[in-house]
Amino acid sequence: MPPFLVIARLTIQESSRRRLLLALLILTLVVVGFSAWGFNKITTLTRANGTPLPPEQVALLTSQLLIVVTFMFSGVLALSAAVVAGPLISGEVESGLLLSMLARPVRRSEVVIGKWLGLAALVAVYAAGAGSLELGAVDWATGYLPPHPVELLVFVAAEGLVLLSVGMLLSTRLSGITAGVIALVAWLMAWIAGVVGDIGTGLQNQALENVGVVSHLLLPSDGLWRGAIYAMEPDTLIAAMRALGAAGRANPFAAADPPPTQFLAWVVIWFALVLSLSIWSFRTREI
Amino acid sequence: MAEVAEKTEAAASPGAAAGTPAVKTVELRKKFGRTVALAGLSMTVPRGEVFGFLGPNGAGKTTAVKLLLGLLTPTSGEGWLLGKRLGDLGTRRHIGYLPELFRYQAWLTASEVLTLHCELAPLPRASWKDEIRTVLETVGLTERANDRVGTFSKGMQQRLGLGAALLGEPELVFLDEPTSALDPVGRHDVREIIRGLASRGTAVFLNSHLLSEVEQVCDRVAVVDHGRVIAEGTMDDLLGGTAVRVRVAGLAQADKNQLAKFGRIDDEGEQLTFASLDPGRVPELVATIVSMGGRVYEVAPRHQTLEDRFLQLLEDEEK
Repeated sequence: MPPFLVIARLTIQESSRRRLLLALLILTLVVVGFSAWGFNKITTLTRANGTPLPPEQVALLTSQLLIVVTFMFSGVLALSAAVVAGPLISGEVESGLLLSMLARPVRRSEVVIGKWLGLAALVAVYAAGAGSLELGAVDWATGYLPPHPVELLVFVAAEGLVLLSVGMLLSTRLSGITAGVIALVAWLMAWIAGVVGDIGTGLQNQALENVGVVSHLLLPSDGLWRGAIYAMEPDTLIAAMRALGAAGRANPFAAADPPPTQFLAWVVIWFALVLSLSIWSFRTREI
Repeated sequence: MAEVAEKTEAAASPGAAAGTPAVKTVELRKKFGRTVALAGLSMTVPRGEVFGFLGPNGAGKTTAVKLLLGLLTPTSGEGWLLGKRLGDLGTRRHIGYLPELFRYQAWLTASEVLTLHCELAPLPRASWKDEIRTVLETVGLTERANDRVGTFSKGMQQRLGLGAALLGEPELVFLDEPTSALDPVGRHDVREIIRGLASRGTAVFLNSHLLSEVEQVCDRVAVVDHGRVIAEGTMDDLLGGTAVRVRVAGLAQADKNQLAKFGRIDDEGEQLTFASLDPGRVPELVATIVSMGGRVYEVAPRHQTLEDRFLQLLEDEEK
């Protein structure tokens, strides 16, 4: 097995042996259970005259609540990715764990790629598994399924991968806690910058709008989150927002348009750049 | 910043470079910012030799090992391991390394850590089982093979690290303070392991400040201080002198200072050890002490120990 796959396997094995996977599984089941119960309550809501809500209104309410729940889920995923990625390399350099491994015929690029692959697999599998479970629970509780569930899971996982990549890049030079905190603050700032961009769109202020655009380029987590939102919205809501024009595009918890193809292409390039930078940074680090 | 060396030379097998020294460096220098960690290291370690690399704390010993292993990039100078330039990936197949800062995956068992190193070495899969069984036996961890490393004492972790360094019968083994966490029995075991390596022709680069340990197992030593080698040679070369221990009473400090003309003195109150003294001068020494009013109870010439020589070298260096 090539060294990068050995290291990827080791990274997954560590998460499993340290019971991270078990903790995530239990927490996820608890959260999904509670949210299923909460979503089910929507179907019991009635209008003023005591009649049940029509299916369109149930779908609309469910989609909005699902966006809020997914926002929290993607936030927890991004936070976890940043916290786990922060000490990914620096922790093992500081402890001396990597010394004996790097004295083997292993390239440092293989260490970086292996660790990224291992954690990326965990993030992707967790996002897909937990996300599918949540969507299944919502479908069971309300009969509502977002229009683009696969795209939703891909965008949420990609947001986690962005934080994982940034955390790992910082981890090649900074201590674990510093790298994790910086990644987390960057994620929050990117989200706030996205909100500023929305306000700029609403006010038709080019400067504010550019803040959002630039933040999406530097750290595409918020841009990917917008993709996730779009995948959750019913067509009727999207049509209504488009009808409102600029004002309809000023809501940070709504997306009138899917992410542009150019942005998605940039995300692919961004991942390649950040991974290359991580490899360069670790190769030039003296340990 | 210079890129840390990671090269794979064509025909990387050291077999092709047989006959070349195990280690050779020419003016290897390393600076961290304005601090000189290694100030021009030039040395040669022949194959099959047990080479002791001595020095006080902060002398540059670990820096030298890391440079040799390609974990650090030299500021200037060059070096070769098993005939290949420093940083050559292929050469690392034939090298074992026990770091000073030894740490292994706490969530793996001892066997799994060794399997990981077999995979990374890489050794043929068919040989893993025998390799692991042999090294576990060698380092005395057979009974703990299936226990997690997290439950090991520091000494056991160091034994495990030593086992990992021995996998695959390497041609060159770097041991950086290999007994720092071991009890006397463990230290004895390590000396036996080093002798075993030497008997099968493996070169051992032993980084240590435990002089008695080095004295017992090394063919040759280099003493490093402030980043440069201040003495190098075989044990016989270095320990040619005789030390003389004198038990004496009634000497004032000023008298003792005057005795410095007989060489460096290790002053332990009533016991003075003259680190390097020609036995022919012993009567003169005794006469001088008596003339000062000192009462001599015992005069015991003995061969100079590595510790005597080491302290003498460092003192000369300070002057």
